[in-house]
Amino acid sequence: MNGVVLVILFAAVVVLSTATAFTRDPGRQALVFGGYGLVLGVIMLALQAPDVALSQITVGAAIVPLIVLLTVMKCNRILAQHRKDQHREGG
Amino acid sequence: MLDAVLAWLPYAVAGWVLLVGCVGIVVSNNYVHAVVCLAVVQSATYLLLLAIGWEPHATAPVFGDISTKARVVDPVVQAMTLTDVVVGATVTALLLALTVQLAKRHGTLDPDEVRSLESDQDDHG
Amino acid sequence: MTARLAGRLVLLAAGVAGVGALLVVGFGALPSFGDVQHGYGVRAVAASLAHRAANTVGSVTFDQRAFDTMGEELIMFAAATSAVMLLRRMRDEEEQQARHDYGGEDVFGALRLTGAAFLPITLLVGCYVIAHGHLSPGGGFQGGVVLATGMHLAYLAGDYRVLERLRPSSLLDIAESGAVAGFLAVGLIGMGLTGSFLDNWVPLGTFGDLLSAGTVPILNGLVGIEVGAALVLLVARFLDQALLIRQEGEDA
Repeated sequence: MNGVVLVILFAAVVVLSTATAFTRDPGRQALVFGGYGLVLGVIMLALQAPDVALSQITVGAAIVPLIVLLTVMKCNRILAQHRKDQHREGG
Repeated sequence: MLDAVLAWLPYAVAGWVLLVGCVGIVVSNNYVHAVVCLAVVQSATYLLLLAIGWEPHATAPVFGDISTKARVVDPVVQAMTLTDVVVGATVTALLLALTVQLAKRHGTLDPDEVRSLESDQDDHG
Repeated sequence: MTARLAGRLVLLAAGVAGVGALLVVGFGALPSFGDVQHGYGVRAVAASLAHRAANTVGSVTFDQRAFDTMGEELIMFAAATSAVMLLRRMRDEEEQQARHDYGGEDVFGALRLTGAAFLPITLLVGCYVIAHGHLSPGGGFQGGVVLATGMHLAYLAGDYRVLERLRPSSLLDIAESGAVAGFLAVGLIGMGLTGSFLDNWVPLGTFGDLLSAGTVPILNGLVGIEVGAALVLLVARFLDQALLIRQEGEDA
């Protein structure tokens, strides 16, 4: 029984890590990465590592996706502004 | 059958996560994407370390409610993983801060468009 | 596909094949998953119980491998400080005042109430997780993260000004550096009293009590302060960059 749960969780890790690597849009990638972090946390619980799971779930599923999203917001605005500046200089 | 698969599956998964993260970095066209892929690469070490420490019919290495003679999984690998999770997040944050600087100074996040470390924007830099 | 990308993919394929082969060889020599031989684990458990720490992971992190943890802490301190410096407001940037008033009416009443109600609870949980790190799963690293997340529930509740009052940057800077210095000081006192750096020098107490395991709870507390302060400062800088700071001439 325990073994089946572990196999399912490892399969989920494979799927979500692959999805994270191949999600091109960073904003969407942050959300997939958050899901991946959550599954990693659950697998850590299943492997009898509650200490690690506690930090993984708070860091991997909350803090890191949050700062990635904030970075994406900031960069998108910078790049939009940059394009507008270039357009003004060109025309 | 299940036990035979489980004997090597966690190592295979750790190897897969490492390699798929590397592939993600190489084909990336955006530094934010590459940084997140690097975080995926790093998570392979968590899987590997915890897989090495696990054993069946053992509980978590916390003797709060259980007998001190109970069998527990290896706490050493857990301690290594634990610090790495939090420290890794800060290093990811540092890389993202560098990414924001890059966008400000070069106006691009595409690794192929960044030619030199000098600022492209003299009026802004 | 450009020639450059094609060349890169060929290199990538070679690299992945090579590393993959090395991994297969390396993992082949590892004991299989679920093997019950854990030489270090058994010794770490014995050493932890000898120092009356109920949470073996906490004992390994802050007692047996405390020197390694100090290194990790310094990496974290350096990374967080550099990131905060990189994200500070530059000379050619201005802070947008209007966004300071974000909050209040922008947010649903229920969400505000939930955020406000959860804020003290999460802060309390964070402190509990830090304080019981040597007894139950938890400790400085996890508790610090919980504290930092809890602080930002105030932001979810939609009151940026409440958050600003909650996180006086200069105080957090001092707390962060002070905690790192405290970690070093605990180690140095240990060196003075016992002859080895970061050796356990505080009375060990009774197994399972809040005051037990010697230096472990002290170091847990210091790391909790450091992690909490560093993450709050970091997330705050990212929030400022994303929501407040504009480059000169940029539209609001």
